[in-house]
Amino acid sequence: MTALDTPIVAAPARRTAVRRAREGGVSGPLFVSGYVILLLAFGVLPTLYAVFLAFTNARGQFTGLNQFLRVFQDFRFWPSFGDILVYLVFWLLLIVILTVGVAVVLRSRMPAPLSAAIRFLYYIPGALAGVASVLVWLFMLDPSVSPVNWLLKGLGFDTFAQVLAPGHLSLVFALIAFWTGAGGWIVVMYGALNNIPQEVLEAARMDGAGPWRMALHIQIPMIRKWIVYMAILAFAAGTQLFVEPQLLQTASLGRVSPTWSPNQLAYVYAFQHGDFNGAAAISLVLLVIGLLGAGLLVTRSGLFKVDEQ
Amino acid sequence: MMSHQRRTVSAIAALLAVGVLAAACASADPNAGNESTAASFTPQPQDTNAKITVWTDSTRLASVQAYQKANPGVQMDVVTYDGSADGSTYLQTKVQLFDRTGSGWPDVVFAAPTDVTWASQPTSPSAQAFAAPVDQGLVPADTLKNFAAGSLAPCQFNGHTYCLRNDIAQVVLWYNKSLLDQFGYTVPTTWEEYQALGEKVAKEHPGYLVGAIGDTNSHESYFWSAQCPAQQLTGPTELRSNLQDQHCTKMASLLDGLIKAGSVTTQGFFGQGFAKDYGSKVLMAVGPSWYGQYLFNSAFKTPAGQIAAAAPLKWQGESQAHTGNVGGGVWMISSHSKNLKAATALSSWLTTSDDNLASAPTYPAYSPGAKAWLANPANKDYFATDVSTVFQQAANEVWTGWGNTKFSDATAWSSVVLPAVTAGKTLTATLPAWQNEIASEAKSVGYTVTTQ
Repeated sequence: MTALDTPIVAAPARRTAVRRAREGGVSGPLFVSGYVILLLAFGVLPTLYAVFLAFTNARGQFTGLNQFLRVFQDFRFWPSFGDILVYLVFWLLLIVILTVGVAVVLRSRMPAPLSAAIRFLYYIPGALAGVASVLVWLFMLDPSVSPVNWLLKGLGFDTFAQVLAPGHLSLVFALIAFWTGAGGWIVVMYGALNNIPQEVLEAARMDGAGPWRMALHIQIPMIRKWIVYMAILAFAAGTQLFVEPQLLQTASLGRVSPTWSPNQLAYVYAFQHGDFNGAAAISLVLLVIGLLGAGLLVTRSGLFKVDEQ
Repeated sequence: MMSHQRRTVSAIAALLAVGVLAAACASADPNAGNESTAASFTPQPQDTNAKITVWTDSTRLASVQAYQKANPGVQMDVVTYDGSADGSTYLQTKVQLFDRTGSGWPDVVFAAPTDVTWASQPTSPSAQAFAAPVDQGLVPADTLKNFAAGSLAPCQFNGHTYCLRNDIAQVVLWYNKSLLDQFGYTVPTTWEEYQALGEKVAKEHPGYLVGAIGDTNSHESYFWSAQCPAQQLTGPTELRSNLQDQHCTKMASLLDGLIKAGSVTTQGFFGQGFAKDYGSKVLMAVGPSWYGQYLFNSAFKTPAGQIAAAAPLKWQGESQAHTGNVGGGVWMISSHSKNLKAATALSSWLTTSDDNLASAPTYPAYSPGAKAWLANPANKDYFATDVSTVFQQAANEVWTGWGNTKFSDATAWSSVVLPAVTAGKTLTATLPAWQNEIASEAKSVGYTVTTQ
């Protein structure tokens, strides 16, 4: 993801790789062991600990589903999930439609050097860490310092507080996420489009397909798995939104609720109420939602089906 | 058909399992059986030469460094952090983690009064409350008696004192004397006069301001001073929140009128760009004692000799004036400290010694220290008139009906009331939503709430 190289993976090569791994030997397990150990230590074990916490109370007694029932009744629980739902709709629509659209245009309708330069430009914001990109947007969205304050004022926003009205926040966060995340995905989608054999495109052109039909009926269906992969990762990252609202909460002098997103609510539970069990219950809810979303997309799209001939 | 039946059966089984799981288990309420009153604590084995770790905000750093310089024999590790300003929960977050790992606590910390609400109780059944009760053999009772009336109230829980108040931020009426004289106005003494003056300013000198409500703490300046029972502690875990009380509704409609007239802004004094655009237009401000140096002098850059302070406003017909309080820090000593002697000596020096307090950045809570502070010309040079009597009077008039609660009073105000007012709603129309948020927050941290 960090390299600008567009990955070109030829289908036959992948098949042999799959077969070789199945044939055994210790090199495969050995290669993944380093990652597996780290994954166990920092991914799986904390998750299991969260499961343990979510079903017990502070005295270590088994509570069954009571922790979940308690967080469901919290007055901030449903609003935070409402916020994140609206955000996800904006964010997934933006990222799926725009990155794929832009990648298709870059791939098919633009001279190669220009396309490479533009891909590089798109990628730059992605190189900024989440915190830095929020800072950039703090300036962009504040009419008193923004370089585009004429636009903000034209839309009727005279103060930062007006821009950050509660109803605007989902869209604001979706814009920030798109601005930081889209560049990388455009590069990936471009690479995926490169995978489509030239003959297929030639054949389509011979049959009289215009750019629209080519994109809708050939290019996009052929990179469908990549799009699904992007959607899964974007969905998982989206439900876990934390840094952006948390920073904006401080920077806006508290205009943004400190429990805007579910992850922030879990944070408040753990670090303000000292209620690690309730926090674990909220994060398990997020985990289940993430797994359900991914499971649905994976099974419906056949993402991991290896096509044997 | 078969599979359909099987599915129904398994669904019923799952439902039953959920019911059993939910019913036959231990309580998930984190506050259940947690009412230990930690009056006494178990000190660590003491070592009078042990190094003490001090967490301070940047404003108080100079004082800590001065102590270090005067006492080179004391080993200190000084760490600067945000000092819990603006509702930050950094200290609380860290102590939660230290309680779980069993080490790492600082010995002495500068913090906000809200922090004492959690620091005076154990964060979990196995933990010991972070703050040591200073009245248990650490600080003499005679010293504690000398703090300004009510200033130690935020430190007190279950009859014990868990912190030393550093400074108080009593609300007074700030005004620009030069402008006021030039316009030919007199200083108001009641809220009704303040309202009349605000309307007059809006008509005769449009653009000039007599107040702002858009800061995270503006409600403490206005609604606390108005004696509005937004969050009144009637017991250790009982909270009264009644924003339909006439003290609240009167203040809300007063501000609504002035906002409509234009002499009170819905922006914040400390908002981005406010100082540049409106700093010179502020004729009057209801705000804490530190507004003088930190708002007018540092932020607005108003020249010396223009700004003056007047006594807190009262409601017409009420004999006793009450005022609000906006911030003011505390020092806490860790109950986990290995060197309580050095930690106590440092905390006492910081909060009660004339050496430190005469040149403290903000108004000291310790009355003898406050006298020394007011005697120091550097603290008064900037003002057009002598602020001593006003400050001293206001320090003893802080209304004690605004509770120091386990949740920050800034959250509901900033994230519910201010966005609504920014969107054009009146404060009066927002009072129910505000009360609802306070009540919900209070319940979520274990208070029983009454709204009468």
